[in-house]
Amino acid sequence: MTQASLGESVVQKVVQAQNNGVAASATQTQPLWLLAEVTYRCPLHCAFCYNPTDYDKHTQNELTTEQWIQALRDARKLGAIQLGISGGEPLLRDDIEDIVIEAKKLGYYSNLITSGVGLTEKRIQAFKDGGLDHIQLSMHDITEEINNFITNTKTFELKKKVAAMIKGHGYPMVLNVVIHRYNIGHMKQILEMADALGAEYIELANTQYYGWSLVNRSQLMPTKEQVDEAERITNEFREKSGSKMKIFFVVPDYFSDRPKKCMNGWGEVFMIVTANGDVLPCHSARVLPNMQFPNVKDTGLEYSWKDSPAFNKYRGTGWMKEPCRTCDEKEKDLGGCRCQSFLLTGDAEAADPVCSKSPHHYLIEKAIEDAKNPVIASQPIVFRNDKNSKKIIAGELKERVDEFHALP
Amino acid sequence: MENPIQHTDIYALSHHHRFQWEEAQQSYVILFPEGMVKLHGGAGEVLKRLDGKVNVGEIVADLKVAFPDADEIESDIIGMFELGVSKGWLRKV
Repeated sequence: MTQASLGESVVQKVVQAQNNGVAASATQTQPLWLLAEVTYRCPLHCAFCYNPTDYDKHTQNELTTEQWIQALRDARKLGAIQLGISGGEPLLRDDIEDIVIEAKKLGYYSNLITSGVGLTEKRIQAFKDGGLDHIQLSMHDITEEINNFITNTKTFELKKKVAAMIKGHGYPMVLNVVIHRYNIGHMKQILEMADALGAEYIELANTQYYGWSLVNRSQLMPTKEQVDEAERITNEFREKSGSKMKIFFVVPDYFSDRPKKCMNGWGEVFMIVTANGDVLPCHSARVLPNMQFPNVKDTGLEYSWKDSPAFNKYRGTGWMKEPCRTCDEKEKDLGGCRCQSFLLTGDAEAADPVCSKSPHHYLIEKAIEDAKNPVIASQPIVFRNDKNSKKIIAGELKERVDEFHALP
Repeated sequence: MENPIQHTDIYALSHHHRFQWEEAQQSYVILFPEGMVKLHGGAGEVLKRLDGKVNVGEIVADLKVAFPDADEIESDIIGMFELGVSKGWLRKV
Protein backbone atom coordinates (compact mmCIF):
# COMPACT_ATOMS: atom_id res chain seq x y z
CA MET A 1 0.00 0.00 0.00
CA THR A 2 1.39 3.39 -0.92
CA GLN A 3 1.12 6.44 1.27
CA ALA A 4 -1.34 7.99 -1.12
CA SER A 5 -3.60 4.98 -1.08
CA LEU A 6 -3.40 4.81 2.68
CA GLY A 7 -4.82 8.29 2.75
CA GLU A 8 -7.81 6.97 0.85
CA SER A 9 -8.32 3.91 2.96
CA VAL A 10 -7.86 5.55 6.34
CA VAL A 11 -10.84 7.71 5.82
CA GLN A 12 -13.62 5.30 5.15
CA LYS A 13 -16.07 7.93 5.98
CA VAL A 14 -16.02 11.60 6.60
CA VAL A 15 -19.20 13.15 7.80
CA GLN A 16 -19.51 16.86 8.12
CA ALA A 17 -22.78 18.30 9.13
CA GLN A 18 -23.60 21.90 9.02
CA ASN A 19 -26.48 22.59 11.25
CA ASN A 20 -28.98 23.74 8.73
CA GLY A 21 -27.48 22.88 5.40
CA VAL A 22 -25.53 19.71 5.21
CA ALA A 23 -22.46 18.50 3.41
CA ALA A 24 -21.61 14.94 4.11
CA SER A 25 -20.78 11.57 2.71
CA ALA A 26 -21.78 8.28 4.19
CA THR A 27 -23.38 5.09 3.10
CA GLN A 28 -24.50 3.23 6.17
CA THR A 29 -27.76 3.85 7.89
CA GLN A 30 -26.86 4.56 11.46
CA PRO A 31 -28.06 7.73 13.11
CA LEU A 32 -24.58 9.14 13.65
CA TRP A 33 -26.02 12.54 14.33
CA LEU A 34 -28.70 13.19 16.91
CA LEU A 35 -30.15 16.66 16.86
CA ALA A 36 -32.15 17.44 19.98
CA GLU A 37 -34.38 20.41 19.28
CA VAL A 38 -35.15 20.72 22.96
CA THR A 39 -37.46 23.71 22.74
CA TYR A 40 -39.00 25.96 20.13
CA ARG A 41 -39.13 28.85 22.56
CA CYS A 42 -36.64 31.53 21.62
CA PRO A 43 -35.79 35.03 22.82
CA LEU A 44 -34.68 35.96 19.29
CA HIS A 45 -37.12 36.48 16.45
CA CYS A 46 -34.94 35.83 13.41
CA ALA A 47 -36.58 36.35 10.05
CA PHE A 48 -34.59 33.44 8.56
CA CYS A 49 -35.39 30.83 11.20
CA TYR A 50 -36.05 27.39 9.71
CA ASN A 51 -38.25 26.26 12.60
CA PRO A 52 -41.85 25.55 11.65
CA THR A 53 -44.06 28.62 11.53
CA ASP A 54 -46.63 26.79 13.66
CA TYR A 55 -44.06 26.09 16.40
CA ASP A 56 -46.35 27.71 18.95
CA LYS A 57 -48.29 24.41 19.04
CA HIS A 58 -45.22 22.71 20.47
CA THR A 59 -44.17 25.05 23.25
CA GLN A 60 -46.48 23.61 25.94
CA ASN A 61 -45.80 19.90 25.43
CA GLU A 62 -42.02 19.67 25.62
CA LEU A 63 -40.29 16.48 26.64
CA THR A 64 -39.20 16.20 30.26
CA THR A 65 -35.59 15.87 31.36
CA GLU A 66 -36.13 12.14 31.90
CA GLN A 67 -37.56 11.72 28.41
CA TRP A 68 -34.56 13.49 26.89
CA ILE A 69 -32.15 11.35 28.85
CA GLN A 70 -33.92 8.20 27.68
CA ALA A 71 -33.76 9.46 24.08
CA LEU A 72 -30.03 10.10 24.43
CA ARG A 73 -29.47 6.58 25.75
CA ASP A 74 -31.55 4.93 23.03
CA ALA A 75 -29.92 6.91 20.22
CA ARG A 76 -26.45 6.11 21.54
CA LYS A 77 -27.26 2.40 21.38
CA LEU A 78 -28.15 2.85 17.72
CA GLY A 79 -24.75 4.42 17.08
CA ALA A 80 -25.42 8.14 17.49
CA ILE A 81 -22.24 9.92 18.42
CA GLN A 82 -22.52 13.60 17.56
CA LEU A 83 -25.14 15.36 19.63
CA GLY A 84 -26.47 18.79 18.77
CA ILE A 85 -28.50 20.48 21.48
CA SER A 86 -30.53 23.00 19.59
CA GLY A 87 -33.85 24.80 19.49
CA GLY A 88 -35.29 27.44 19.57
CA GLU A 89 -32.90 28.59 22.22
CA PRO A 90 -31.90 25.57 24.30
CA LEU A 91 -30.75 27.78 27.17
CA LEU A 92 -34.38 28.59 27.91
CA ARG A 93 -34.52 25.15 29.51
CA ASP A 94 -32.92 24.88 32.91
CA ASP A 95 -31.96 21.21 32.50
CA ILE A 96 -29.35 21.54 29.76
CA GLU A 97 -26.73 20.92 32.45
CA ASP A 98 -28.31 17.50 33.18
CA ILE A 99 -28.51 16.66 29.49
CA VAL A 100 -24.84 17.59 29.04
CA ILE A 101 -23.74 15.38 31.95
CA GLU A 102 -25.66 12.42 30.54
CA ALA A 103 -24.25 13.04 27.05
CA LYS A 104 -20.73 12.94 28.44
CA LYS A 105 -21.43 9.73 30.36
CA LEU A 106 -22.72 8.10 27.20
CA GLY A 107 -19.71 9.14 25.11
CA TYR A 108 -21.35 11.68 22.81
CA TYR A 109 -19.40 14.54 21.30
CA SER A 110 -21.81 17.23 22.36
CA ASN A 111 -22.49 20.62 20.87
CA LEU A 112 -24.68 23.37 22.23
CA ILE A 113 -26.14 25.40 19.38
CA THR A 114 -27.10 28.74 20.84
CA SER A 115 -27.78 32.40 20.26
CA GLY A 116 -25.86 33.04 23.47
CA VAL A 117 -28.87 34.61 25.16
CA GLY A 118 -29.02 33.14 28.64
CA LEU A 119 -25.41 31.97 28.73
CA THR A 120 -23.93 33.04 32.06
CA GLU A 121 -20.57 32.39 33.70
CA LYS A 122 -22.29 29.99 36.05
CA ARG A 123 -23.93 27.99 33.29
CA ILE A 124 -20.90 27.81 31.01
CA GLN A 125 -18.82 26.60 33.96
CA ALA A 126 -21.42 23.91 34.63
CA PHE A 127 -21.30 22.89 30.96
CA LYS A 128 -17.52 22.72 31.07
CA ASP A 129 -17.57 20.65 34.25
CA GLY A 130 -20.32 18.45 32.83
CA GLY A 131 -18.28 17.67 29.71
CA LEU A 132 -19.91 19.69 26.93
CA ASP A 133 -17.49 19.52 23.99
CA HIS A 134 -18.26 22.68 22.12
CA ILE A 135 -20.57 25.59 21.66
CA GLN A 136 -21.75 26.91 18.34
CA LEU A 137 -22.69 30.55 18.56
CA SER A 138 -24.86 32.29 16.02
CA MET A 139 -23.66 35.71 14.89
CA HIS A 140 -25.60 37.90 12.54
CA ASP A 141 -23.56 40.80 11.35
CA ILE A 142 -20.73 43.13 12.17
CA THR A 143 -23.17 46.01 12.52
CA GLU A 144 -25.41 46.51 15.49
CA GLU A 145 -28.08 47.82 13.15
CA ILE A 146 -28.40 44.66 11.06
CA ASN A 147 -27.94 42.30 14.01
CA ASN A 148 -30.75 43.93 15.88
CA PHE A 149 -32.94 44.29 12.81
CA ILE A 150 -32.79 40.73 11.52
CA THR A 151 -33.16 39.15 14.97
CA ASN A 152 -35.73 41.74 15.98
CA THR A 153 -33.92 42.07 19.32
CA LYS A 154 -31.14 44.13 20.88
CA THR A 155 -28.51 41.44 21.17
CA PHE A 156 -25.45 42.85 19.45
CA GLU A 157 -23.37 43.69 22.53
CA LEU A 158 -24.39 40.46 24.22
CA LYS A 159 -23.07 38.38 21.29
CA LYS A 160 -19.62 39.86 21.68
CA LYS A 161 -19.61 39.21 25.42
CA VAL A 162 -20.71 35.63 24.95
CA ALA A 163 -18.04 35.03 22.31
CA ALA A 164 -15.40 36.14 24.80
CA MET A 165 -16.92 33.92 27.48
CA ILE A 166 -16.79 30.87 25.21
CA LYS A 167 -13.17 31.54 24.36
CA GLY A 168 -12.35 32.26 28.00
CA HIS A 169 -13.51 28.81 29.03
CA GLY A 170 -11.22 27.12 26.54
CA TYR A 171 -13.93 26.13 24.10
CA PRO A 172 -13.27 26.13 20.39
CA MET A 173 -14.99 29.09 18.81
CA VAL A 174 -17.50 27.84 16.30
CA LEU A 175 -19.52 30.59 14.68
CA ASN A 176 -22.54 30.25 12.49
CA VAL A 177 -23.62 33.19 10.38
CA VAL A 178 -26.77 32.88 8.32
CA ILE A 179 -26.28 34.88 5.15
CA HIS A 180 -29.05 36.89 3.53
CA ARG A 181 -29.61 40.11 1.64
CA TYR A 182 -28.94 42.29 4.67
CA ASN A 183 -25.48 41.00 5.56
CA ILE A 184 -24.15 39.49 2.33
CA GLY A 185 -22.41 42.75 1.49
CA HIS A 186 -20.36 42.52 4.71
CA MET A 187 -18.67 39.20 4.05
CA LYS A 188 -15.10 40.42 4.39
CA GLN A 189 -15.85 42.27 7.61
CA ILE A 190 -17.71 39.26 9.02
CA LEU A 191 -14.72 37.03 8.31
CA GLU A 192 -12.36 39.57 9.87
CA MET A 193 -14.57 39.80 12.93
CA ALA A 194 -14.59 36.01 13.29
CA ASP A 195 -10.83 35.92 12.97
CA ALA A 196 -10.45 38.69 15.55
CA LEU A 197 -12.68 36.76 17.93
CA GLY A 198 -10.32 33.81 17.54
CA ALA A 199 -12.84 31.58 15.79
CA GLU A 200 -11.58 28.13 14.84
CA TYR A 201 -14.57 27.47 12.61
CA ILE A 202 -17.02 29.70 10.84
CA GLU A 203 -19.98 28.51 8.89
CA LEU A 204 -21.35 30.98 6.36
CA ALA A 205 -24.74 29.46 5.86
CA ASN A 206 -26.63 30.99 2.99
CA THR A 207 -30.27 31.04 3.95
CA GLN A 208 -32.21 27.97 2.90
CA TYR A 209 -35.88 28.52 2.51
CA TYR A 210 -37.88 26.59 5.07
CA GLY A 211 -40.12 27.70 7.90
CA TRP A 212 -39.94 31.42 8.56
CA SER A 213 -37.30 31.99 5.91
CA LEU A 214 -39.63 30.60 3.25
CA VAL A 215 -42.34 33.04 4.30
CA ASN A 216 -39.74 35.81 4.07
CA ARG A 217 -38.02 34.48 0.97
CA SER A 218 -38.56 37.53 -1.21
CA GLN A 219 -37.32 39.78 1.56
CA LEU A 220 -34.18 37.77 2.36
CA MET A 221 -32.88 36.39 -0.90
CA PRO A 222 -29.79 38.07 -2.30
CA THR A 223 -29.06 38.17 -6.02
CA LYS A 224 -26.91 35.61 -7.81
CA GLU A 225 -24.28 38.30 -8.31
CA GLN A 226 -24.16 38.98 -4.57
CA VAL A 227 -23.76 35.28 -3.80
CA ASP A 228 -20.96 34.93 -6.34
CA GLU A 229 -19.21 37.95 -4.91
CA ALA A 230 -19.58 36.62 -1.36
CA GLU A 231 -18.05 33.32 -2.40
CA ARG A 232 -15.20 35.09 -4.17
CA ILE A 233 -14.45 37.15 -1.07
CA THR A 234 -14.57 34.03 1.08
CA ASN A 235 -12.13 32.19 -1.18
CA GLU A 236 -9.85 35.20 -1.27
CA PHE A 237 -9.89 35.41 2.52
CA ARG A 238 -9.05 31.71 2.74
CA GLU A 239 -6.05 32.14 0.47
CA LYS A 240 -4.68 35.45 1.63
CA SER A 241 -5.43 35.83 5.30
CA GLY A 242 -3.15 33.10 6.58
CA SER A 243 -5.88 32.51 9.12
CA LYS A 244 -6.16 29.04 10.55
CA MET A 245 -9.90 29.45 10.77
CA LYS A 246 -11.81 26.75 8.91
CA ILE A 247 -14.44 28.35 6.74
CA PHE A 248 -17.48 26.51 5.46
CA PHE A 249 -19.40 28.33 2.76
CA VAL A 250 -22.78 26.67 2.39
CA VAL A 251 -23.85 27.30 -1.20
CA PRO A 252 -27.48 28.36 -1.56
CA ASP A 253 -29.33 25.74 -3.54
CA TYR A 254 -31.60 28.20 -5.36
CA PHE A 255 -28.62 29.37 -7.36
CA SER A 256 -27.28 25.98 -8.34
CA ASP A 257 -28.33 23.69 -11.19
CA ARG A 258 -28.52 20.61 -9.02
CA PRO A 259 -30.15 20.11 -5.64
CA LYS A 260 -28.34 19.48 -2.39
CA LYS A 261 -28.16 15.95 -1.03
CA CYS A 262 -30.51 16.98 1.68
CA MET A 263 -29.60 15.72 5.17
CA ASN A 264 -27.13 13.47 3.34
CA GLY A 265 -30.11 11.34 2.43
CA TRP A 266 -33.39 10.60 4.16
CA GLY A 267 -32.77 8.46 7.23
CA GLU A 268 -29.08 8.00 6.39
CA VAL A 269 -27.17 9.68 9.24
CA PHE A 270 -29.41 12.27 10.88
CA MET A 271 -32.09 11.78 13.46
CA ILE A 272 -33.92 14.73 14.89
CA VAL A 273 -36.00 14.65 18.03
CA THR A 274 -38.17 17.74 18.32
CA ALA A 275 -39.27 19.62 21.42
CA ASN A 276 -42.48 17.61 21.66
CA GLY A 277 -40.79 14.28 20.92
CA ASP A 278 -41.46 13.80 17.22
CA VAL A 279 -38.69 11.83 15.55
CA LEU A 280 -37.81 13.20 12.13
CA PRO A 281 -35.27 12.52 9.39
CA CYS A 282 -35.05 16.26 8.72
CA HIS A 283 -36.05 19.49 10.42
CA SER A 284 -39.04 20.29 8.29
CA ALA A 285 -40.33 16.79 7.47
CA ARG A 286 -43.66 17.49 9.16
CA VAL A 287 -44.70 19.58 6.16
CA LEU A 288 -45.06 16.36 4.14
CA PRO A 289 -48.58 15.00 3.61
CA ASN A 290 -49.86 11.59 4.72
CA MET A 291 -46.88 10.91 6.94
CA GLN A 292 -47.09 9.67 10.48
CA PHE A 293 -43.86 10.46 12.28
CA PRO A 294 -43.08 8.44 15.39
CA ASN A 295 -42.87 10.14 18.78
CA VAL A 296 -40.58 9.13 21.64
CA LYS A 297 -43.56 9.28 23.99
CA ASP A 298 -45.08 6.32 22.10
CA THR A 299 -42.28 4.27 20.59
CA GLY A 300 -38.57 3.66 21.02
CA LEU A 301 -35.97 5.22 18.77
CA GLU A 302 -34.89 1.87 17.40
CA TYR A 303 -38.32 1.33 15.89
CA SER A 304 -38.38 4.92 14.63
CA TRP A 305 -35.05 4.63 12.87
CA LYS A 306 -35.18 1.09 11.55
CA ASP A 307 -38.81 0.16 11.07
CA SER A 308 -41.10 3.17 11.03
CA PRO A 309 -42.76 3.69 7.64
CA ALA A 310 -41.82 7.38 7.78
CA PHE A 311 -38.06 6.77 8.03
CA ASN A 312 -38.17 4.15 5.30
CA LYS A 313 -40.35 6.07 2.90
CA TYR A 314 -37.60 8.03 1.11
CA ARG A 315 -34.54 5.97 1.88
CA GLY A 316 -32.49 5.18 -1.19
CA THR A 317 -33.82 5.75 -4.71
CA GLY A 318 -36.74 3.33 -5.04
CA TRP A 319 -39.39 6.00 -4.50
CA MET A 320 -38.21 8.19 -7.35
CA LYS A 321 -40.19 9.34 -10.37
CA GLU A 322 -38.90 10.83 -13.59
CA PRO A 323 -36.72 12.76 -14.21
CA CYS A 324 -34.89 11.42 -11.13
CA ARG A 325 -35.48 7.71 -11.74
CA THR A 326 -33.34 7.49 -14.86
CA CYS A 327 -31.00 10.34 -14.00
CA ASP A 328 -27.34 9.36 -13.89
CA GLU A 329 -26.80 11.78 -11.00
CA LYS A 330 -29.51 10.36 -8.77
CA GLU A 331 -27.10 8.75 -6.30
CA LYS A 332 -25.25 12.02 -5.98
CA ASP A 333 -28.10 14.16 -4.69
CA LEU A 334 -30.85 11.58 -4.08
CA GLY A 335 -33.30 13.87 -5.83
CA GLY A 336 -32.74 16.75 -3.41
CA CYS A 337 -35.12 17.75 -0.67
CA ARG A 338 -38.54 16.11 -0.25
CA CYS A 339 -39.84 19.02 1.82
CA GLN A 340 -38.76 21.60 -0.73
CA SER A 341 -40.36 19.56 -3.50
CA PHE A 342 -43.67 19.35 -1.66
CA LEU A 343 -43.73 22.91 -0.39
CA LEU A 344 -43.10 24.32 -3.85
CA THR A 345 -44.67 21.78 -6.24
CA GLY A 346 -47.28 19.96 -4.17
CA ASP A 347 -45.66 16.59 -4.95
CA ALA A 348 -43.21 15.21 -2.40
CA GLU A 349 -41.85 12.71 -4.92
CA ALA A 350 -41.17 15.24 -7.64
CA ALA A 351 -37.58 16.21 -8.36
CA ASP A 352 -36.40 19.07 -6.19
CA PRO A 353 -37.35 22.11 -8.31
CA VAL A 354 -33.86 23.51 -7.77
CA CYS A 355 -32.72 20.98 -10.39
CA SER A 356 -32.63 22.39 -13.90
CA LYS A 357 -34.00 19.03 -15.12
CA SER A 358 -37.12 19.46 -13.00
CA PRO A 359 -40.28 20.42 -14.91
CA HIS A 360 -40.97 22.73 -11.95
CA HIS A 361 -37.68 24.59 -12.15
CA TYR A 362 -39.57 27.70 -13.28
CA LEU A 363 -40.81 28.03 -9.68
CA ILE A 364 -37.26 28.67 -8.51
CA GLU A 365 -36.64 31.11 -11.35
CA LYS A 366 -39.84 32.91 -10.40
CA ALA A 367 -38.81 33.09 -6.74
CA ILE A 368 -35.51 34.65 -7.76
CA GLU A 369 -37.35 37.17 -9.94
CA ASP A 370 -39.86 37.92 -7.16
CA ALA A 371 -37.03 38.72 -4.79
CA LYS A 372 -35.81 41.32 -7.29
CA ASN A 373 -39.29 42.81 -7.66
CA PRO A 374 -39.33 45.94 -5.49
CA VAL A 375 -43.06 45.70 -4.81
CA ILE A 376 -42.92 42.10 -3.55
CA ALA A 377 -39.58 42.51 -1.80
CA SER A 378 -40.82 45.51 0.13
CA GLN A 379 -43.55 43.53 1.92
CA PRO A 380 -42.83 43.54 5.63
CA ILE A 381 -40.77 40.74 7.15
CA VAL A 382 -42.80 38.30 9.24
CA PHE A 383 -40.57 37.90 12.27
CA ARG A 384 -40.46 34.60 14.09
CA ASN A 385 -42.37 35.18 17.29
CA ASP A 386 -45.22 33.65 19.24
CA LYS A 387 -47.69 36.26 18.07
CA ASN A 388 -46.98 35.63 14.39
CA SER A 389 -46.97 31.87 14.94
CA LYS A 390 -50.41 32.06 16.55
CA LYS A 391 -51.62 34.20 13.64
CA ILE A 392 -50.35 31.71 11.09
CA ILE A 393 -51.96 28.80 12.95
CA ALA A 394 -55.22 30.76 13.02
CA GLY A 395 -55.08 31.11 9.23
CA GLU A 396 -54.14 34.77 9.17
CA LEU A 397 -51.23 36.02 7.04
CA LYS A 398 -52.67 33.81 4.32
CA GLU A 399 -51.30 35.97 1.55
CA ARG A 400 -47.78 35.11 2.73
CA VAL A 401 -48.19 31.34 2.80
CA ASP A 402 -50.82 30.66 0.16
CA GLU A 403 -48.43 29.86 -2.67
CA PHE A 404 -46.92 26.99 -0.70
CA HIS A 405 -48.50 23.52 -0.56
CA ALA A 406 -48.08 23.23 3.19
CA LEU A 407 -47.58 25.62 6.03
CA PRO A 408 -43.82 26.24 5.94
CA MET B 1 4.88 18.23 2.27
CA GLU B 2 6.21 21.29 4.05
CA ASN B 3 7.39 19.49 7.16
CA PRO B 4 8.14 15.87 6.52
CA ILE B 5 7.41 13.58 9.44
CA GLN B 6 10.57 12.82 11.42
CA HIS B 7 11.07 9.81 13.64
CA THR B 8 11.93 12.11 16.53
CA ASP B 9 8.69 14.09 16.21
CA ILE B 10 6.04 13.77 18.88
CA TYR B 11 2.41 14.22 17.92
CA ALA B 12 -0.78 14.48 19.89
CA LEU B 13 -4.42 14.78 19.01
CA SER B 14 -5.34 18.38 18.17
CA HIS B 15 -7.18 20.43 20.73
CA HIS B 16 -10.93 19.85 20.80
CA HIS B 17 -10.52 16.52 19.05
CA ARG B 18 -11.47 13.27 20.68
CA PHE B 19 -10.43 9.76 19.76
CA GLN B 20 -12.56 6.85 20.88
CA TRP B 21 -13.69 3.33 20.12
CA GLU B 22 -17.22 3.10 18.76
CA GLU B 23 -18.92 -0.15 19.64
CA ALA B 24 -21.83 0.36 17.24
CA GLN B 25 -19.46 0.84 14.32
CA GLN B 26 -16.74 -1.51 15.48
CA SER B 27 -14.14 1.10 14.72
CA TYR B 28 -12.13 3.97 16.11
CA VAL B 29 -13.30 7.48 15.34
CA ILE B 30 -11.99 11.02 15.70
CA LEU B 31 -14.60 13.53 16.79
CA PHE B 32 -14.35 17.28 16.44
CA PRO B 33 -16.66 20.24 16.05
CA GLU B 34 -19.02 19.67 13.15
CA GLY B 35 -17.58 16.38 12.11
CA MET B 36 -16.18 12.94 12.62
CA VAL B 37 -13.89 10.57 10.87
CA LYS B 38 -14.17 6.84 11.00
CA LEU B 39 -10.77 5.19 11.01
CA HIS B 40 -9.84 1.78 9.78
CA GLY B 41 -7.99 -0.57 12.08
CA GLY B 42 -4.45 0.42 11.15
CA ALA B 43 -5.06 4.12 11.71
CA GLY B 44 -6.67 3.36 15.05
CA GLU B 45 -3.59 1.38 16.10
CA VAL B 46 -1.41 4.43 15.44
CA LEU B 47 -3.67 6.91 17.16
CA LYS B 48 -4.24 4.89 20.29
CA ARG B 49 -0.50 4.97 20.90
CA LEU B 50 -0.33 8.78 20.95
CA ASP B 51 0.15 9.95 24.52
CA GLY B 52 2.02 13.21 23.99
CA LYS B 53 5.33 11.56 24.95
CA VAL B 54 6.08 8.76 22.53
CA ASN B 55 7.69 9.75 19.24
CA VAL B 56 7.01 8.58 15.70
CA GLY B 57 10.00 6.26 15.60
CA GLU B 58 8.91 4.53 18.78
CA ILE B 59 5.42 4.03 17.41
CA VAL B 60 6.85 2.54 14.21
CA ALA B 61 9.01 0.19 16.25
CA ASP B 62 6.13 -0.79 18.49
CA LEU B 63 3.79 -1.48 15.57
CA LYS B 64 6.45 -3.51 13.75
CA VAL B 65 6.56 -5.78 16.78
CA ALA B 66 2.79 -5.88 17.14
CA PHE B 67 2.20 -6.61 13.45
CA PRO B 68 5.25 -8.52 12.21
CA ASP B 69 3.47 -9.75 9.09
CA ALA B 70 2.36 -6.34 7.79
CA ASP B 71 4.27 -5.24 4.69
CA GLU B 72 5.44 -1.67 4.31
CA ILE B 73 4.03 -0.81 7.69
CA GLU B 74 6.41 2.08 8.19
CA SER B 75 5.28 4.00 5.12
CA ASP B 76 1.67 3.39 6.12
CA ILE B 77 2.30 4.84 9.55
CA ILE B 78 4.12 7.86 8.19
CA GLY B 79 1.27 8.31 5.72
CA MET B 80 -1.19 8.28 8.61
CA PHE B 81 0.77 11.03 10.37
CA GLU B 82 0.93 13.10 7.20
CA LEU B 83 -2.77 12.76 6.65
CA GLY B 84 -3.55 13.55 10.29
CA VAL B 85 -1.44 16.69 10.20
CA SER B 86 -2.83 17.86 6.86
CA LYS B 87 -6.41 17.34 8.08
CA GLY B 88 -5.72 19.09 11.36
CA TRP B 89 -6.42 16.02 13.53
CA LEU B 90 -2.87 15.92 14.87
CA ARG B 91 -0.59 18.59 16.25
CA LYS B 92 3.12 18.49 16.87
CA VAL B 93 3.99 18.59 20.54
